[in-house]
Amino acid sequence: MTARTQAPVPAGGAGRTARGTGAGRPAARNRRRRSPAPYALVAPAVIVLAVVLGYPLYRLVVMSVEHFGLAQQFGRPAPFVGLENYRRVVGDSQFWTVLVRTVTFCAVNVGLTMLLGMVVALVLNALGKVLRLLVGSALLLAWAMPPIAATVVWQWLFDTQYGLVNWLVTQSGIADYRGHSWLTQPLSFLAVATVIVVWMGVPFVALTLYAGLTQLPREVIEAAELDGASGAQRFRHVVLPFLGPIVSILAALSTLWDFRVFTQIYVLQKAGGVARDTNLLGVYAYRISIGANRFDVGAVVALVMVALAMLLTAVYLRQMLRQEEER
Amino acid sequence: MRPRSRAGRLAVDALGVVVLLAAAFPVYWMVTTSFQRGVDITGPSPHLTPIGGTLENYRKVFQRGSFLTALGNSLQVTAATVAISLLLALLAAFALSRFRFRGRKALVVTVLVVQMVPPEALVVSLFRVLDGWQLINTVAGLGLVYLVFVLPFTIWTLRGFVVGVPVELEEAAMVDGCSRLGAFRRITLPLIAPGLVATAVFALIQTWNEFVFALVVMNRPEHQTLPVWLQTFNEGARGTDWGGVMAGSTLMAAPVVVFFLLVQSRMTQGLTAGAVKG
Repeated sequence: MTARTQAPVPAGGAGRTARGTGAGRPAARNRRRRSPAPYALVAPAVIVLAVVLGYPLYRLVVMSVEHFGLAQQFGRPAPFVGLENYRRVVGDSQFWTVLVRTVTFCAVNVGLTMLLGMVVALVLNALGKVLRLLVGSALLLAWAMPPIAATVVWQWLFDTQYGLVNWLVTQSGIADYRGHSWLTQPLSFLAVATVIVVWMGVPFVALTLYAGLTQLPREVIEAAELDGASGAQRFRHVVLPFLGPIVSILAALSTLWDFRVFTQIYVLQKAGGVARDTNLLGVYAYRISIGANRFDVGAVVALVMVALAMLLTAVYLRQMLRQEEER
Repeated sequence: MRPRSRAGRLAVDALGVVVLLAAAFPVYWMVTTSFQRGVDITGPSPHLTPIGGTLENYRKVFQRGSFLTALGNSLQVTAATVAISLLLALLAAFALSRFRFRGRKALVVTVLVVQMVPPEALVVSLFRVLDGWQLINTVAGLGLVYLVFVLPFTIWTLRGFVVGVPVELEEAAMVDGCSRLGAFRRITLPLIAPGLVATAVFALIQTWNEFVFALVVMNRPEHQTLPVWLQTFNEGARGTDWGGVMAGSTLMAAPVVVFFLLVQSRMTQGLTAGAVKG
């Protein structure tokens, strides 16, 4: 990467060189002169990011130390209140409940996604050509579904009156689930959300791990086999260490995605869940700010989300850098 | 690796079929339901195939004028976001991969970190900021939001593709009299065209599918994009018109699923390229 970018840099702006001097051949002696060209090239992207991402982030911090309610929405000046909003959030037992629920939900979902992803990858690796192609295509199909469409379909599968799941449970004689509502009980609600999130998350993990598995040298496995290692031992001592770096990166990415689940929770709440008992951080921040017009308190909750994401990112980047060093 | 024993192979194949069903069935069920008559959907036992089905659900979806309005809004926002993000990202990717300049490393790290900021957390303040700029319920407002959320990824992926083209090719063209930008346009751009298409499709899918900001920024019915339209339809139906909701869902999902299947191998590379190769 660095070798390529050390290419000689022509003097003057790229466009200007072309029009101004006609030939515009890079002059070797000007190689070290600082050229404005790269800055001009990155400027539009940087400006957009700074204005539409940087500024709202800054506003988020500012709002979190102001009183910002309904009156401020209509133009009243927002008084500075210091850390009052933070104190409010920290002192609110509901916030802690939501935080613990979010962390638990995320841990369960990442765990299940990684576990099932690994199983599916191993199955893919052991399948014959035809079936592997079919299963691979099915995984792509699930991966490609828009989150909102997937959530609505699962909502239909778990529908109280006509849902297929209730019919299957009843038909198979496990229990009479006619008219059973999956969304009124918080735990059952979160289980349905988990099914949706995991269903959408497994394909990416499984296909990436499978791609990793195909890189595993056959001789290594065969050598382990000759040495009398059982299937489980081969997995534990050969396959897992080989996939280690990919596993940790996938786990980090899944964690980043799963702790900010919004669509699934929002849609299921509208379909009959009790919002108070099923909020996760993202929906919670939304409900406080846009639902209840407390943008100041919502900002604090949103900042907690940003902080958590940055913490995870730091772990993720460190993992990446460590891998780079090992190379 | 294929198991040696017959029993082992059978067990693996059985598992494969289970995975196949688990992954594909919900999608199959969405499409099947969308072709069923209301009486069959609410009948005592479900019909597992669309045989004897109807196009009635689709006709009803198109009859609701709101679908075409939402489709139009989605197309506008998506087209604008994809076009502008590709242009900005291409310029930035060119600079990041072909020039050495002060702040380059910092910029690369920023692009990586910015990608990790949870958009859901910014809903709170972006709504306020856009409101201040009079951009609520406008394509421009929603497009701007989408632009910043696809831009980091687009820059990152395109940079990867540009780096993959040897700079010597551009230099050779410059020796032959091309300008720096001309060499990039005539040599590198055609070579990365497939990558460009894959990146565009990725941005398209992200934009087309986005729900949270569409919900907050476009809060009037006539400005809804398709995901919010579908959810409004779903909420309004209250479990009474699953045929219609599934038809809407199928219509919304079909284009992205097709696009996704067309470019997926390149996109998987893109998703993990940054992660694995650094």
